[in-house]
Formats: sequence, C-alpha cells, structure tokens
Amino acid sequence: MLLIAMGRTLELTFLSLFFATVIGLIFGLFNVSRIKFLHAIAYIYIDIARGVPLIVLGFFTYFGIPGITGVKLSALVAGMIALSLNAGAYMAEIIRAGIQSVDKGQMEAARSLGLPYRKAMSKVVMPQAIKTMVPSIINQYIITLKDTSILSVIGFPELVKTGQIIIARTYETALMWVIVGVMYLIVITILSAIAKRLERRVSYAG
Amino acid sequence: MQVSSETAIKIKGLKKSFGSLEVLKGMDLEIKKGEVVCLIGPSGSGKSTFLRCMNRLEEITAGQILVNGNDITASGTNINKVRENIGMVFQHFNLFPHLTVKKNITLAPVELKLMSKEEADKKAIELLKMVGLEQKANVHPAQLSGGQKQRVAIARALAMNPDIMLFDEPTSALDPEMVGEVLNVMKELAKKGMTMVVVTHEMGFAREVSDRVLFLDGGYILEEGSPEELLSNPKNPRTIDFLNKVL
Repeated sequence: MLLIAMGRTLELTFLSLFFATVIGLIFGLFNVSRIKFLHAIAYIYIDIARGVPLIVLGFFTYFGIPGITGVKLSALVAGMIALSLNAGAYMAEIIRAGIQSVDKGQMEAARSLGLPYRKAMSKVVMPQAIKTMVPSIINQYIITLKDTSILSVIGFPELVKTGQIIIARTYETALMWVIVGVMYLIVITILSAIAKRLERRVSYAG
Repeated sequence: MQVSSETAIKIKGLKKSFGSLEVLKGMDLEIKKGEVVCLIGPSGSGKSTFLRCMNRLEEITAGQILVNGNDITASGTNINKVRENIGMVFQHFNLFPHLTVKKNITLAPVELKLMSKEEADKKAIELLKMVGLEQKANVHPAQLSGGQKQRVAIARALAMNPDIMLFDEPTSALDPEMVGEVLNVMKELAKKGMTMVVVTHEMGFAREVSDRVLFLDGGYILEEGSPEELLSNPKNPRTIDFLNKVL
C-alpha cells in the first residue's frame, strides 16, 4: 500500500516537474526578454505564484475552480496544477538567473556573427547557463518532491495521506512516520545521486 | 592598400543617447571599401559606442547608417543578414567557452546554413593557419593565451566572409607581449584589402596601417586626417592634448 502511494507521489512529482520545467523555461525566457510586455507577464506570474502558499493554491485548484467553473478536477490534476504553478515560478527564477549569469558579451558575439536571437540563445547562452542552473534545478526538484506531501490536504492518496490512513487503522504512529520519512529519504537520495552524475556530464573542460 | 571609390559605410547625423545621457551628438562619416579607419580618443569619448552602432549592437537615437548602400536602421532591415557581412572583434574576445576553437569558428556558418559542416571545417582550418593556430583547433578557449584567443576571435569573424571588420579595442585586454601577434594578423587583413574600422589605443598601428585616423571626444569627431597629419601635426587643441598624454 505504501509502495503504491510512493508511486503516486512520484507520478505527481514527475508530472508537476515536467510542466514546471516547461513553465519555468517559458517565463524565464520571457523575463530576460527585451520585449517589455513579455517581461511584465513573467514578473506578474512569478510574483503571484511565489507569493501564494502551495496549500492555498492547492485548495483553490481543488475546491475553488469547480465552484467557479463547474469543472471538477481530480485530486491528481488539481494537485499537479498547483505544484506546477508553484515550482514553475521558482524554475523561472532559476532559469532567469542562469541566463543572466552568462556574460553579455556572449550574446553580443553570437549576434554579431549574424545568428538570430533564438539561435544565439539556444546554441551559445543556454549551454553555458545550464551549467550554473543544474544544482539549483536539482534542489528545486527535491523540494517539489517533498512538497507533494502538502497536497495530502486535498485528499490525494500520496505517501503522507496513505500514512495517515494506515495510522488510523493500526495506531502505529511513530513507526509509520519513520517508515514514511525513510521512504522519502531513499527516493531523494537515489534522485540526488542520478542528478550528481548528470551535473558532472554537463560541466565542460575549463 | 587598395582603397576603391565605392562607399562601404556611410553615416549621416548619427546620435545616440543612453537614457538622458547623449553619448554621440551628431556623427557624419564615409568609409570607402578597403579603407582602414582608426578611431582614437579618450575613454568615454563614445568611440566604442560609435563602432557598436555600425552593426546595430547599439540602437541609434537619430540619423542613418548605410552599409553597402543599404540603410541598416530602416525598420524593414533584416539585421542578421547585415551582420553576416560585418565581422566584429571585441576587447574581451567573447569566445564561446563551451565550444572548441574549431567549433567557435564553424558555429555561425553552419547554423546559418551558409556552409556544410565539411566546408566550414575546411575553412576553419584555413583561417587557423592564417592566424598561426591550426594546432589549437580542438582545444577549448580556456587553454589559450589572450593573444591566441583574440586571433581565434578574428578567425571566427572571418569565417562568415565579411567585407567589413569592426575591431573594438582588440589589444586593450592583452599583456604587452601579445599585442604584436594580434596586430600582425590585423595588418595582414588590411593588406588583403579588408575594410576595417578599429577603435584603438595603439598609435603605432594607427600610424602604420590606417588610411585615416579620427579623433573623437565629447560625442563628436573633432578631427580627422591621414595618420601623418593627425598624429604628427594635430590642429585641434584637444587632439594635441590627448596625443601628448598617450605618445
């Protein structure tokens, strides 16, 4: 039962991280854009999504949206939206900072060769930015994995919610939370190890 | 040096402000094909900004820039196409640190589909031979000295077959013993008839290689002339003052 719950936790994490990364990339690029309108949109989104606690965002997507639109979202979908929006804002900031950490001369040199902005960004700036972004991105992934536990409040049967259900039956409170804690720890340790190897691969000579 | 009668760059009434600060206050200049023009002047005189306007790394506030007869500041201009034709070399080299020397050179022509990878590789080796660095083709920029980096940067710009080259203080960030190797490459280029605009503090280079020297100060071209005239016999008191300090 706990393993199935772990599976759900991971499912929610990976789906959210996928969308968070996409959102982060889009708004991160908007944020460094010279087009003021895009910059403003990114700014507003990031401020809102970072400023609202995840639990409030979760309540809103799960209980609030059906009230407004009449569309009932499953706990998984509602949770995923809340987590994606929340993590997306942090990802956008990580990606912005990464891009801005690359010397301005790199973009200028690429543009002076006739490369269009997008090519200069993808072939010259981004490959260098990723190097500085990877540790922060990994950190964010781990935080998001742990944040799935907050969404136990909307009834999604992830690891924490399942732990509570089992405790209600067995009264093995301490043991149960130790087991749940260790399970998070194991998964995060494995993910960190994979991430470390990835990090080594993106860093280049010199 | 073969200077033709055709115009490479023509600049009319160029002004450039950063916010409320007007850096260039009205520049007019005509550069012939094959001409080598050096821009000299005290720091803050706007010479680098002026150069950067010529490929629109800086957007101008007023005026017109014609490159080979085309107004590059007109709204319909494809600036990327214009830049393919204007090479630029920066003070701090700005080589791409994540790519090998060869890849630095081939990136733009290959990405822009102007050459196949094989053609670009061949061209890169040719250019590296020209700047004396063919044995460095497969190393990363971090393993090069400053002088070597700048020579690679010149090769990278030349890979696009530009007919104009802009140099923004190409030797200012170099140790003194490496200045010569970069200037020699630039001299070769000048001999081959490349149109060159060079912002420099190297008065020796200006004297020896350039066809014309421009003295900029306070956002204006205060004086211009042949290197002999301007460097040996300046007329404007500000030019005299500046040259006294640097020579």
